[in-house]
Amino acid sequence: MLLREVEYVKPSSVAEAIELLVENEGARALAGGQTLINVMKARAASPDALVDLNGLEELKGIDLAPDGTLTIGAMTTYSEIVASAEAKARPILGEVCAQIADVQVRNRGTIGGNICSNDPTNHLPPLVTAVGARMTILGRDGERVVSAEEFFLGVYMTAVGPGELLTRVTIPAGKGDGFAAVTLGVDGTCIANAAASIQDGSLRVALGCVDAVPVLLRPESADADAVREAVRAAGLEPPSDVHASSEYRRHLAEVLAVRAAAQAAERAGG
Amino acid sequence: MATVASSKSITVTVNGTTYEREVPARKLLIHFLRDDLDLTGSHIGCDTGNCGACSVIVDGTLVKSCMMLAVQADGATIETVEGLAEDGELNELQRSFNEHHALQCGYCTPGMLMSATALLRANPSPSEQEIRKALQGNICRCTGYWNIIEAVKAVAK
Repeated sequence: MLLREVEYVKPSSVAEAIELLVENEGARALAGGQTLINVMKARAASPDALVDLNGLEELKGIDLAPDGTLTIGAMTTYSEIVASAEAKARPILGEVCAQIADVQVRNRGTIGGNICSNDPTNHLPPLVTAVGARMTILGRDGERVVSAEEFFLGVYMTAVGPGELLTRVTIPAGKGDGFAAVTLGVDGTCIANAAASIQDGSLRVALGCVDAVPVLLRPESADADAVREAVRAAGLEPPSDVHASSEYRRHLAEVLAVRAAAQAAERAGG
Repeated sequence: MATVASSKSITVTVNGTTYEREVPARKLLIHFLRDDLDLTGSHIGCDTGNCGACSVIVDGTLVKSCMMLAVQADGATIETVEGLAEDGELNELQRSFNEHHALQCGYCTPGMLMSATALLRANPSPSEQEIRKALQGNICRCTGYWNIIEAVKAVAK
């Protein structure tokens, strides 16, 4: 399909990418393009210019600190996370990335693109919320670090403002994590999903596909009844679409939260 | 500072031949291959990134060429289905597709071959499960998956 007319530029540094985004109103950062190029075909997005972040080594790579903290560059692909020895320090990351779409998409799609697009059906927004990731956003005036709760603002909206870039995602040490999803076919788009993580004995569950942003819950325990109670108390009003009614999604949220929490508890105890 | 432009001169090497072309920024890689270079082996099935018929290998990485801009391929080495045959003869994988009746209408075949090629390079001895996972991004609307998997299995070491 022919895209609408668009301009293109490939910066040679992150600083130059920021300048280009600031100088060109209507420009958007192009990460892996596995969402953006498709929505451009459908004219659901029509940026005037694309600032291509591919090739910026500063935005790539996975670093494991001695204390277990993982720092993942925003332009690191799902395939790189799946293959990374460092990322195995937090096994859930590679496990979930290996469930996204297919080989071709995983080879180009990036962690930064996934969370910056904040499509409510994406895998990674609930996951980074559950594990307590922190996002580093760089702009002309310097960088700031925000929590997942502050990062996701609405459907397709995040704290990354005009002229800014997400540069890296920092994930604390941990292993007590879980993830569960009901998808359209194996590894397909999520109809509903849930991520869970136990840190210092306290459980965080983040639900995807049920609201504009991941819904963070803190059930009292990973016990099924406690998790169900927490999901019910959240008073979810999920959207209805061709794949699932609102009521069915609410039911799935409960079931998947219980599964994800049980997996997290099993791993935290092991 | 680099400047934004609506077109760019790119140099790409496709199946061993180097091409230099001026391409509009909005042109997808699949259209560049098919329309500009006349390499029509790579197909456009869905044009939405789902079917995998446009799969090609860019700098050693399997991608769907409908989800990449041609300008992004500047400097890249690209392999398409036209590059698989060796000295005009079908290669082992292609012969195996033929022998196992792994193509019916044939529309998905170029993408299937490129995905299987990428798999066998990374993992010369894939299990059936690994073959299925590797071909997940390629849809066959004749639903002839069984023989495709058999064809790949037959060339696995």
